[in-house]
Amino acid sequence: MRTARFLIAPVTAAAVALSLGACGSGGGGSDDSTIKVAYQKFGNFTQADELFKDVKADFEEANPGITVELVPIEAQQNDYFTKLALMNRSPSTAPDVMYEDTYMIKSDVEAGYLAPLDDYLAEWDEWDQFVDSAKEAGAGDDGKTYGVSMGTDTRGLWFNKDVLAKAGLPEDWAPTSWDDLLEAARTIKESDPDVVPFNMYSGKPQGEAAVMQGFEMLLYGTGDTLYEDGKWVTGSQGFVDALGFVQTVFTEGLAPTPQQALDTNIGNTVQAEWLPEGKVGIALDGSWVAGNWLESGVAPWPEWSEKMGTAPMPTQDGQDPGAVSMSGGWTLAMGSGSKNPDAAFEFISMALNRENSLWFDVANSQIAVRTDVAEDPEYTATNPTTEFFTGLVDVTNFRPATSDYPKVSNEIMVAMEAVMTGQQTPEEAAAAYDEAVVGIVGEENTVQG
Amino acid sequence: MAVTSRRVARVVPLAPAVVLLALFMLGPVVWSFYGSFTNAALTGPAALNPEWIGFDNYVALVGDPDFPKSLWLTVVFVFLSAVVGQNVMGIALAGLLRSAVKPVRSIASTVVVAAWVLPEIVAAFAAYAFFHSEGTLNTLLAGIGVTGPDWLYSTPMLAVILANIWRGTAFSMMVYSAALAEVPPELTEAAQLDGANGLQRLTWVTLPVIRRSISTNLMLTTLQTLSVFTLIYVMTGGGPGTDSSTLPILAYQEAFKFAQVGYGTAIATVMIVVGGIFSVIYIRALRPEVD
Repeated sequence: MRTARFLIAPVTAAAVALSLGACGSGGGGSDDSTIKVAYQKFGNFTQADELFKDVKADFEEANPGITVELVPIEAQQNDYFTKLALMNRSPSTAPDVMYEDTYMIKSDVEAGYLAPLDDYLAEWDEWDQFVDSAKEAGAGDDGKTYGVSMGTDTRGLWFNKDVLAKAGLPEDWAPTSWDDLLEAARTIKESDPDVVPFNMYSGKPQGEAAVMQGFEMLLYGTGDTLYEDGKWVTGSQGFVDALGFVQTVFTEGLAPTPQQALDTNIGNTVQAEWLPEGKVGIALDGSWVAGNWLESGVAPWPEWSEKMGTAPMPTQDGQDPGAVSMSGGWTLAMGSGSKNPDAAFEFISMALNRENSLWFDVANSQIAVRTDVAEDPEYTATNPTTEFFTGLVDVTNFRPATSDYPKVSNEIMVAMEAVMTGQQTPEEAAAAYDEAVVGIVGEENTVQG
Repeated sequence: MAVTSRRVARVVPLAPAVVLLALFMLGPVVWSFYGSFTNAALTGPAALNPEWIGFDNYVALVGDPDFPKSLWLTVVFVFLSAVVGQNVMGIALAGLLRSAVKPVRSIASTVVVAAWVLPEIVAAFAAYAFFHSEGTLNTLLAGIGVTGPDWLYSTPMLAVILANIWRGTAFSMMVYSAALAEVPPELTEAAQLDGANGLQRLTWVTLPVIRRSISTNLMLTTLQTLSVFTLIYVMTGGGPGTDSSTLPILAYQEAFKFAQVGYGTAIATVMIVVGGIFSVIYIRALRPEVD
């Protein structure tokens, strides 16, 4: 009896350890007559699902004997990366084709999950339609290409003209500094206390959306950056100032309450409900947001182009170049364990041919990376904000292209959440971030900002 | 010779169970323990070739300000919700229901057991809906003119502790109901004749008689509570910030959200140790003097 009791402790703890320890590699499973395609399908984002369903039908018709197995992963962005990584770890679940964020490519190449596409691309006559920045976005540290870009994006301010009009702000409102933006938010709050004046994503539940749409849009407007000449920047004033902005909007009640902001669904809520219903004044968000309101979107809103305005995100004090933006984008990549790489690439090339790229870029409000799509009247005409967001390419920035970035990005989420919940001051959170970054990349790979 | 063959005959039927336990219980523990000495990750170079890094994960854990906080939250959570909450509520309910009239007993025990039979995820959502800022509790409070706080945000630990007591009390109640039924009525009657009041009878007669049920129940509820994940993850996600990140939440976050599997398994190993310490304490403290 005594021994039995002693066993209970490790056995119960093992139940938890089981989930952590059991991610070794499994046995092989998929065969060369099935192509497994993994992608994200979550909340308002259903465009990839629609695209791949169409391509599956076309592909199977053109390739009798090969079945396409679609694996939609219903998870929020960070959980999507986790689930995809777990799938990639076992040959029996590893996908042949995956929907891959450009910022994960370098890291996943080093993890051995992706196969180089250079040999296939050299023979693909449509590859020269892709712009150079899109080609670079799909490259690994070894210079080989691992992902074919589906489109890119920029970020800026969206605002509901009705809400701003009520607060006496003009229809062509365009802030010139952070203070200008904060002042507008305060004015909105005074005119209608029930409206959330300003939304930015923040904290761990929002994942990379918080870091890129939120924090980096601030930091890259201060003149400081995350990464400079191959070294990670620590102790920069810009970092503290950006966190200070986060603190201001959340403590002054200019943003959603921290508990609302930490809800995993806030992205869907803001885009599909709050903006159309005039419950949010200004939203710092991506160029693709309008995709929700198109007829093909999840929350069609025919009047959106009259009601919604856009403005570039200003730099901190309006310093040159006056505005700031960040760019990312998603690619299709091939799994390194694919049993039928020829078919996998054929699927990728079909999914990203002119017609399908055009459909995806329009439906998902992406900025086209194929020149033939960018020139297409259907692309330029469908979405009145395309021109504005394409223009932001001039002031845009890219995230540090290193395999450490995803880990560093996690530390930024932690710092944001600590500040927005009042657990740390911006200075304390920045110091904790600096320490964490040194721990991740090593002292020798950092530089004092 | 005869002794040996009898021994073999005794062991053989046990073998399948031992093999299964070793494979599915001990195996992951050993693997997790091994993983905690590597830099295994979900992405990046360490995903391809995890390296042996010795005690680095444990050193980093000690230096991580989140860790002592998480360890403390875990101890608070286990102590208040399992050791105090579930056990005291369980024994109190069992005692009260014994002397209650039948309809009251049926209704009350059905209500209590309902929380226990709910799947964990459903119970977690129910608790979330109850404590949410616009949830049941605050709606009820508003009915009597009180504006309730946002429980999940301003008092996350209180909310998850109450939720875990609600969910787990039924188990303790059932264990203690069975135990109390076994207390020989002669003993309590004799004590009553000697002039002992209710509290004295409980302290000097009932509790000593059921002490083995108490120790078993304490250990089971402690270990169950130690590994509670779904309830907290659904209700607060470990937040706000890290204000309700117990060790299972922290381990999940490091291993799967932040892709550092090696570091996550180090936290899991610490949990095994914490569970072991609790078990030893119970076994020592409640060791029966006479068997």
